[in-house]
Amino acid sequence: MKIKNLLIYSIISSFFLLSLISIWKILVTLQGLKLENFNTQIIFILGFLFSFLNIFIRERLNFIVKFLFFAFIFVYVDGFLISKLPIWYNIGIVFILYFFASKTKKYNYKFLKNEHSTQLILFDFLTLFGIVLFSFVILFPFYMMLVTSFKTQIALLINPLDFSIDFNQNIKDLFKSYFVIFTSYNFGKYILTSSIVSLGTVFITLIFAIPAAYAIARLNFFGKTFMSTSILIIYMFPAIVLVIPLYTVFSQLGLRNSISGLLIVYTATTLPVAIYMLQGYFKSIPKELEEAAILDKLSWFGIIIKIILPLSIPAISSVALYVFMIAWNEFLFSLMFLDNPNSFTLSRAIQYLSGDAETPRQYLMAGSVIVTLPVLFIFVYFEKYLVSGLTAGSVKG
Amino acid sequence: MEQKLSNSEKRTAYILTLPAVCLVFAIILFPIFANIWISFKEVQLKDIRIPEPRAKEIVKTIPDEQNKIKIVYKLRNSSLLQEIRNVKFEDKYPKNFKPLNLDERCIFKKNKVKCDFGNWPAKYKENFEIIFEIKDSAKIDKKNLKSSKPRLSGDSDNILLNTNFTLKNFKKVIFENEFVDLLLTTFYYTFFGTVGSILFGILTAQMVNQKFYGRTFMRSVLLFPYVAPVVALAYTWELLLDPNSGTLNSLLVNFQILETPINLLGQKYLDINILGFSFKLRLALTTVIIFEIWRYFPLAFLFILARLQAIPKDLYEAADVDGASPFQKFFKITLPQIMAVISILFMIRFIWNFNKFEDVFLLTGGASGTRTLPINVYQQGFAISDIGMGSAVSIVIVLLLLLFMFFYFKLLGKRADEN
Repeated sequence: MKIKNLLIYSIISSFFLLSLISIWKILVTLQGLKLENFNTQIIFILGFLFSFLNIFIRERLNFIVKFLFFAFIFVYVDGFLISKLPIWYNIGIVFILYFFASKTKKYNYKFLKNEHSTQLILFDFLTLFGIVLFSFVILFPFYMMLVTSFKTQIALLINPLDFSIDFNQNIKDLFKSYFVIFTSYNFGKYILTSSIVSLGTVFITLIFAIPAAYAIARLNFFGKTFMSTSILIIYMFPAIVLVIPLYTVFSQLGLRNSISGLLIVYTATTLPVAIYMLQGYFKSIPKELEEAAILDKLSWFGIIIKIILPLSIPAISSVALYVFMIAWNEFLFSLMFLDNPNSFTLSRAIQYLSGDAETPRQYLMAGSVIVTLPVLFIFVYFEKYLVSGLTAGSVKG
Repeated sequence: MEQKLSNSEKRTAYILTLPAVCLVFAIILFPIFANIWISFKEVQLKDIRIPEPRAKEIVKTIPDEQNKIKIVYKLRNSSLLQEIRNVKFEDKYPKNFKPLNLDERCIFKKNKVKCDFGNWPAKYKENFEIIFEIKDSAKIDKKNLKSSKPRLSGDSDNILLNTNFTLKNFKKVIFENEFVDLLLTTFYYTFFGTVGSILFGILTAQMVNQKFYGRTFMRSVLLFPYVAPVVALAYTWELLLDPNSGTLNSLLVNFQILETPINLLGQKYLDINILGFSFKLRLALTTVIIFEIWRYFPLAFLFILARLQAIPKDLYEAADVDGASPFQKFFKITLPQIMAVISILFMIRFIWNFNKFEDVFLLTGGASGTRTLPINVYQQGFAISDIGMGSAVSIVIVLLLLLFMFFYFKLLGKRADEN
């Protein structure tokens, strides 16, 4: 066994332990526990010792005994000797050590003799570390959004680190921000507007896109290739360059501050991608079915209604979900076109709310939770259908 | 028969595609060309409202005279800047109404009063009144009278449609607008955002491509930032980074990493000293780029993951037999296999990041050195209210985009030739 490998292994694994415990300490701090130091050196030294011992003890000791031994030393030093910390903190530490011990179980003399052992260890720990870190970094803002919406203004100002939710208060106090934004900020109406706009966009887009996609997928006509390539190029063009001309034209036509104006713009911007996705699917439907229908003297309209539509329900519903998500999340056009609070969509309403510096932040976060939940729900629930569409680049962002 | 079929096929195809094509043309292609037109004009936001003649109708009863009624029209020109020519007025009344003191500009015919008011200068106002005699003194329904609204029409110049062109906007964009700084900021934002999101995409895809418990869950979680609404995410981040009571600053101060809180979104420069080299980091821009990477790496992640899963397993098995190290496997097998996806991703992300408006707008509003080209379109067009300037900046964006696309397709063509 190379000494170098042993040392590198110990360093990497103790870094991993250190980062796990640091994340745990951050989480604990956010639950209101006062911790002011990571105690980096001590944890690092302990981690180094454990990794080192792990190699020497080998199978001489039972895994459970070994892990309990480590855990006991660690908890004694970190949670008792340095500063006295509550039981639940130490239970978390014990779990982390269990995780750590089970991950380091497979590294032994034989493994370290392996030529690429250090690289393998680095890859393993980077993966583990990456998973932990990325889940934390991604989920934390969402978690913060949710928790802040349950807090009061005073609690937020007193200790911005306290992220615990007080479940002892009654429901009305807990959901106060939600009650307020519905009663005094009119969020019910905004939800309604947003739903009408999004569902309307889905409906109109499908009505326009299905025939066009069918024509591009199946029929031969002059300008077909041009059309299918220009769809992609048009899709690349940014909304921001459309804003000024559309604003001027819509002002003169009186379409600003109206739901119909938004519907027109949203439909036009989602049409290219809807056509693109649908025509791809229509091409995969066997042609023989339609040939039989043509022999039966079915019109084109009949073919679309009776053959194509029933066969492409999954594709159409995934396109519908996408269009819904795009329209629901849309912000730029609603910012430009809507300046009358009566016609605000949810996104625009939240932005308007934040424009007033006096608006308490928990209301802002409650609004954010309301606008985020439907999208995340749809995404998680229909994930299987949606992921393949995302790979086709269906949500521009 | 064949010919006839293909003719009818063509006709159907045009009918089926026409609605979609028309809509896309009207809302997407037309504005791009309209931008060129507007960018050569001097137009302010207040100019785009077409001046129109307006009238407010007030019905008054005259005391002591039951069978007479006075109707007052408050007439005005809605524009403070432009005149309206050839204003025409028309209103309808019940059958038993007869005007007594009709203005000489008007005529009464078939229960209708028609007037020709001529030209109204800007800010024009007039109180125009007619007294009516009611033949059979039935009860007068004021509401009913008001419900028939007067119709007014007039000609006015639409400033957008005349043919006065100027190059002033482009001169201003290039010489007065801190153009170089604007381009540099946009470039930093686009380039580092793109590279960062691709790097993190590779990292996470590599991670999720391994087998571990909760892998599908991890995959959905990684996509959250990409599918959630910008507004919610941007405000959450703003709260997180707030210098006074933000969580991140409190954490850093609490763990004694920072001495005083730092305004990550509001401070333009941060002096950094590394090994004796000191340089100025553009702090707010960096923060915005980090948000951008956080929000958009999931797209790169998905693309790369899909490609990774399609790499044949025997490539890796062969490498194992040859005794390749994990790094060698990554650089010699994985990277070449995902290179094509990465170049597509680079182009897509580069173009989309280049046009990104919402993220920066919601986080900083373009302040503290984060003013990118799209932000500038908004600032010129709506904050300074100079529509012409806004359009000129849009034209700059479109031209740069066309340039990128040109290079990209050339590159793509070259690649295709090589294969």
